[in-house]
Amino acid sequence: MKIKPFAAAALVTATALAFAGCASNETSAAGSTSASGGSQTLTGVGSSAQKAAQEKWVATFQTANPAITVNYSPDGSGAGRTQFIAGAANFAGSDRPLKDEEMGAGTFAGCAADSSALNLPVYISPIAVIFNVDGVKDLTFDTDTIAGIFSGKITKWNDAAIAKTNPGVTLPDANITAVHRGDDSGTTNNFTDTLNKTSPTVWTQPAADTFPADFGGEAASGTSGVIQAVSGGSNTIGYADASAAKDLGKASILVNGKALQPTAEAAASILDHSKTVAGRDANDLAYTLDRTSEGVYPAVLVSYAIVCQTYKDAAVGALVRDYLGYIASADGQSAAATAAGSAPLSTALQAKVKTAVASIK
Amino acid sequence: MATLSPTLASGDLTSGRLPKFTVPVAIVASLALGYVLASVLGGGNLALATLLAFVIYLVGIEIAARIVEGARQASDHRARNLIVGAFVLALVPLGSVSWEAISKGLARFDATYFSNSMRNVVGEGGGAAHAIYGTLWVTGMASLISVPIGLMTAIYLAEYGGRNRLSKAITFFVDVMTGVPSIVAGLFAYALMSLVFGPGTKNGFSGAIALSVLMIPVVVRSCEELLRLVPNELREASYALGVPKWVTIVRVVIPTAVSGLVSGIILAVARVIGETAPLLIAAGFTASVNNNLFANPMMTLPVFVYDSYAHPGTDIQAYTDRAWAGALTLILIVMVLNLVGRLIARRFAPKTGR
Amino acid sequence: MTDTPTGQQDTAVGGPAQPVAGLTGRRRPGEAVFRGVATGAGILILLILMLVAGFLVFQGSPALFADPAKLASQGYGEFAAWVLPYAFGTVWAAVLALALAVPVAIGIALFISHYAPRRLAQPLGYVIDLLAAVPSVVFGLWGSLVLAPAVFPLYKWLNENMGWFPLFSGRYSGTGRTILTAAIVLATMVLPIVTSLCREVFLQAPRLHEEAALALGATRWEMIKMAVLPFARPGIIAAVMLGLGRALGETMAVTMVLSGTRNITFLLLTSENPNTIAATIAQNFPEASGLKTSQLIAAGLVLFLITLVVNMIARWIVARRAEYSGAN
Repeated sequence: MKIKPFAAAALVTATALAFAGCASNETSAAGSTSASGGSQTLTGVGSSAQKAAQEKWVATFQTANPAITVNYSPDGSGAGRTQFIAGAANFAGSDRPLKDEEMGAGTFAGCAADSSALNLPVYISPIAVIFNVDGVKDLTFDTDTIAGIFSGKITKWNDAAIAKTNPGVTLPDANITAVHRGDDSGTTNNFTDTLNKTSPTVWTQPAADTFPADFGGEAASGTSGVIQAVSGGSNTIGYADASAAKDLGKASILVNGKALQPTAEAAASILDHSKTVAGRDANDLAYTLDRTSEGVYPAVLVSYAIVCQTYKDAAVGALVRDYLGYIASADGQSAAATAAGSAPLSTALQAKVKTAVASIK
Repeated sequence: MATLSPTLASGDLTSGRLPKFTVPVAIVASLALGYVLASVLGGGNLALATLLAFVIYLVGIEIAARIVEGARQASDHRARNLIVGAFVLALVPLGSVSWEAISKGLARFDATYFSNSMRNVVGEGGGAAHAIYGTLWVTGMASLISVPIGLMTAIYLAEYGGRNRLSKAITFFVDVMTGVPSIVAGLFAYALMSLVFGPGTKNGFSGAIALSVLMIPVVVRSCEELLRLVPNELREASYALGVPKWVTIVRVVIPTAVSGLVSGIILAVARVIGETAPLLIAAGFTASVNNNLFANPMMTLPVFVYDSYAHPGTDIQAYTDRAWAGALTLILIVMVLNLVGRLIARRFAPKTGR
Repeated sequence: MTDTPTGQQDTAVGGPAQPVAGLTGRRRPGEAVFRGVATGAGILILLILMLVAGFLVFQGSPALFADPAKLASQGYGEFAAWVLPYAFGTVWAAVLALALAVPVAIGIALFISHYAPRRLAQPLGYVIDLLAAVPSVVFGLWGSLVLAPAVFPLYKWLNENMGWFPLFSGRYSGTGRTILTAAIVLATMVLPIVTSLCREVFLQAPRLHEEAALALGATRWEMIKMAVLPFARPGIIAAVMLGLGRALGETMAVTMVLSGTRNITFLLLTSENPNTIAATIAQNFPEASGLKTSQLIAAGLVLFLITLVVNMIARWIVARRAEYSGAN
């Protein structure tokens, strides 16, 4: 059996390599995370929209607590909720709060038997309508026009509806390629909800994670897919997290005659105009967004951290409390604003979230 | 020779041939024409120009050969040109992929990339050390599972099975297994681990199982093929000396085929090391080094590349650079494995006389 | 488990030699253990495959048997109607890829086996084989970041000037991420597989036939047409089928390159391309839960069945060829 020594040698080499290799930017405490030493691991799964912010939060939190490893896996909100319910994730990142029928004591494997979950808004981001049109830098749309473009009713850039809100802009006589998310996503849900609420006559479909197939248009996979399709194509338009749309043109949306850019301020104010879902625990901060108020940029994504009220394992509860306490702090929110371009929670809301986090056991 | 007919005089054999300089002259001429035409038609598109040049060249040679050499020679020319054209065409994507991977990958192909992980890194900097170790662990584990199973099955098929029903079934289902879509293997491993170790279990071992499902059939196929190449005389000689069958296999058959077996296995490893979809589902995602196959998610290089591409932060360039550097690393690992496999195969190539 | 002498006689001619059972002593424990382990490994493989298939059926069955109304509200809609466009997209993309790849692959294989100078042939074969080893995620990166923007002008030109051709009609996509681009990427990925198999077959063509053809005054192309291609036809078909199997299951490259929706269309250049099953699973699995997960896994089962059928056909053709060549 000459094969065995060879395989063994290969394995030994690989093993030696791996053991020699702790990454030089990781402290010895962090390097031994995997061994069941005194170090702890906190697992979060969920929204890919939160990824950039979570990356920053994790980095800062781990730097302050070198013995703790936080893994935030951007698998998607659905995966986050499923794994949180199954107890596989310590907390979930989700682009929507849990529904009433998903709540209730005893439904969460990682929580104590008498504990339900809490929905805490941690990440607010405007959804920008991005475009890449030859020779055009700024565009303004009313929501009817946006709904018309994405539902396939407006097909040319020099359409009268577009020209009306963009006086003085030379629009090309070219096809519009409208790019939407091909995968299910919270971004699509919030975007279609916006169109459905603000121009129900044009956008006849209810809000959904899946972009309605009847409306056609070009599908791209993931936020980065949309960004690349729009920036790599020509005469394209799409929607994506404003933070990801760095160099692309971002359209202004006309709300009651006022053109609003997808800025952090215009987005954050939406929670001040919205109400929490009725009939829940005082510490549960699930909101029903009101997208039609004055001066509020309507296409906003509010992403939540879903946690237990009481964890089965008190040590995990303490970890979650510490981590979310940092996220909800002014420091955490401004860190995310610079690193991920999100809109910081208002001071009043920060206080509410902090109170809720402090109640986690 | 009286039988030589006058029409086949030596002059006629070579007459009616295009002069030797035709081909280079025709290439240059058609290229020039193609570029001129393309700049008139399509604004100087390079691909269009080359395509036009090729068509012009084909037609030109066809006409010339038809006039000078006749229809049969012309069709020979046409076939040759198309075949060489196909080869050149295939080099375009290969060249493009290599060029993009090298030119874009080199931006971050530095010491930091190989010594640092992504722990506590936001935006620029950081590296893929965690992913490289993870890939080595997961692929190593997958090989440790697949090689014994695959090799023993190959031995069964080649030495014991004959043509009985079981070996026929195995051969058929091994073929089926080569067709299992990689994502299905990932789903399987994830569901299996969830069943055994509780829901949502993602670790390196789970990824290794997914890779094994993909790797085992490749190992079986190549090993079986190689064991069958071992000449029967060697086995017969061994039996004649009274050596039991299993000792014959272990001491005679396998050593004879070892070089081929090793290279076959290395090629199988090279085949699965770049799998993304199953590892994304089964092995999970982390930014830190994890050297424990059985606990917590483990990052792998393909997942790292995909994640850097799919979920960049605000500093997109840094993430894209890391993705390309990861792709380059992956190609290099696979290339080295391929080369090693081939070198071993060549080194021990003569399979008899040992 | 025990060898019977008659059983050994039955093994096919050309199969491995067997020791005479009586002489070697069948009760050696080492022999029994070794044989048992080898047999066990083979059975283990069957078990693994049964597990994979069983798991697909088990996890996917809720979607297959659920009430259509429930599927419509909690899943993606009625299963057969939902999966059909994706099944179509899977097959259509793979067929397109093969239509692009096979002529080129045969060309390359012929170039390496019959045209290239011998010293060049082997390194060339190696270079082509390297393509097979490039990970699919790299092809995905290349396809979406390099190829799609590069082919867009060509697509626009084709659509505007050759729109009368049915496949090129419709409203061209502004991004170049159409099914044709995905097919080109897939073609690049299956090319080396088809090439190396074809090359093997071409090299096995009987030398005597080739030399006889050349001696009779055939040109090289006539020789290939008369002596090589007829011999290689079943081998080529088998290679094509294996390439098809690979193209059907490819996930990551398609996910990254194709702008796919749920749609049945043959148009090559528009924005609304049929998505493939594998890409659909990869894209939607993260966000799915409950019935949606079941439905995606059941789609995986459909893909599994499609590849199974393709593999069986390939196997059947190869087996038929083996019979023929045995008869010669």
